[in-house]
Amino acid sequence: MGTRDCQHISSESSPAIGEAGTTGEWRDSFPVIDPEKCLPVRQKKPSCFLCWLYCPEAVISRTIPIQINMEYCKGCGICTQVCPAHAITMVLEEEFYPNETD
Amino acid sequence: MILKNKKMAKKTSTWILDGNHAAAQGVKLSRVQVVAAYPITPQSPVTETLSEFVERGELDAEYIAVESEHSALAVCTSASIVGARTFTATSAHGLAYMHEMLHWAAGARLPVVLACVNRAMGAPWNVLNDQQDSISQRDTGWIQIYARNNQEIIDSIIQAYKIAESVYVPVMVCYDGYVLSHTEMPVDVPAQKDVARFLPPYKPHTILDPANPKNYNLVTLANPRVNAEGVLCHGYMELRYLLQEALQNSRETIIRVGREFGELFGRSYANMFWENRLNDADVVIVAMGSLALEAIVAADMLREAGHKVGVLGLRVFRPFPKVDVIKALEKSRLVVVFDKNISYGLEGATCSEIKSALYGSSVRAVIRNFIVGLGGRDVKARELVDAVNSSLLSMKEGDLSKEYPEWICDI
Repeated sequence: MGTRDCQHISSESSPAIGEAGTTGEWRDSFPVIDPEKCLPVRQKKPSCFLCWLYCPEAVISRTIPIQINMEYCKGCGICTQVCPAHAITMVLEEEFYPNETD
Repeated sequence: MILKNKKMAKKTSTWILDGNHAAAQGVKLSRVQVVAAYPITPQSPVTETLSEFVERGELDAEYIAVESEHSALAVCTSASIVGARTFTATSAHGLAYMHEMLHWAAGARLPVVLACVNRAMGAPWNVLNDQQDSISQRDTGWIQIYARNNQEIIDSIIQAYKIAESVYVPVMVCYDGYVLSHTEMPVDVPAQKDVARFLPPYKPHTILDPANPKNYNLVTLANPRVNAEGVLCHGYMELRYLLQEALQNSRETIIRVGREFGELFGRSYANMFWENRLNDADVVIVAMGSLALEAIVAADMLREAGHKVGVLGLRVFRPFPKVDVIKALEKSRLVVVFDKNISYGLEGATCSEIKSALYGSSVRAVIRNFIVGLGGRDVKARELVDAVNSSLLSMKEGDLSKEYPEWICDI
């Protein structure tokens, strides 16, 4: 199948989720949250959420417990650095999925 | 002027104009909406005249003063993408400075029209005429049209908008610096309402609308990709193919637009080149721009001496009229190509294109190339005659192919 059905004569796109592909594919390590340490979970009320605030990809939810959209998380690790409770750690993809090859 | 049919324009007037003022009149009649240009010799009077038109309210356009030619074309591409009819003009180093944006305008498929007042490239500094500047931009994806006189400048600019806006490829209208830009001659100036009949408003293929936001000319990877709506979109290479296809197919549009212009204004441009006495010619002189008219004088002199000489004056250099050239040169046994440019290390660009067009055809003519008129060196009809005579002589002596071009200069 060719691209003739595409009516564009120059490159264009519309802003939409997934327009640029899923950036999660770029990741070499991913964040793992320990809910026992996460402040909003421990305090059972909306608080802290520094990971949500600092995530440059806006893939962390402001919920209890927090959730990370792994389709788009690039694995930058900023959340691990800003978490005052050290609740988030980065795990290498290849350690977690040792049998998968690229 | 004499009316030939009912469709033809009723009112035209003859003015005495130099090439730059003819270009500016063409821009004004085309109702251009955005002008951005940076002055450079010998193009400056074009920008000065247009700024006066805007200042006096004769042309309802934004005249944007810029700090460089690169910015001038950046303004034109940006304005074109949001739906404005745009114009810029430049020469030599200004055109070279625009190089990046030339690719951008063509790649984004924007119908920008640019007047290139042909001037020699430095070093050393030289403000006079040759065609090295526009020839050096041959591969940027622009349609290139060369004018032989001031009438063709005004007519070509008006047609350029119709061509560009039909095929979504930018058009460069080239004319020789000083030889045309600063030489006055009678020019038939069409009436505004007739040009309006000929040239419909510009319909952009890119629409900037806050309610339907778009990202234009974004990073585009090598391979096609499926967008969020599930459509398989072109990769970089497919877009390049489409630009080549547009130029390949533009020949038909250029001829149609030239014919329509002729029907309305009495001067037909339904051709990719001008021909003079090609019918029975077995020796053909090929030249481009004002040199193509000088060549007619030379051909007449050679005819008087008993040679069957015709002239092929290239009007459209890109797309190169391959099929038309083969047909025009069918009966020739000698083709003498005069180039006001040089592709260093090989030969004149026009000569290479002619040879390339003839490859695989039945034309078996001997081809000679002469480099002439660089940096404003005067080209006399007598010199063209001598070049043809010496080519005929060496051909007779069995010298069928020369490795490199000959130069008409005093070295």
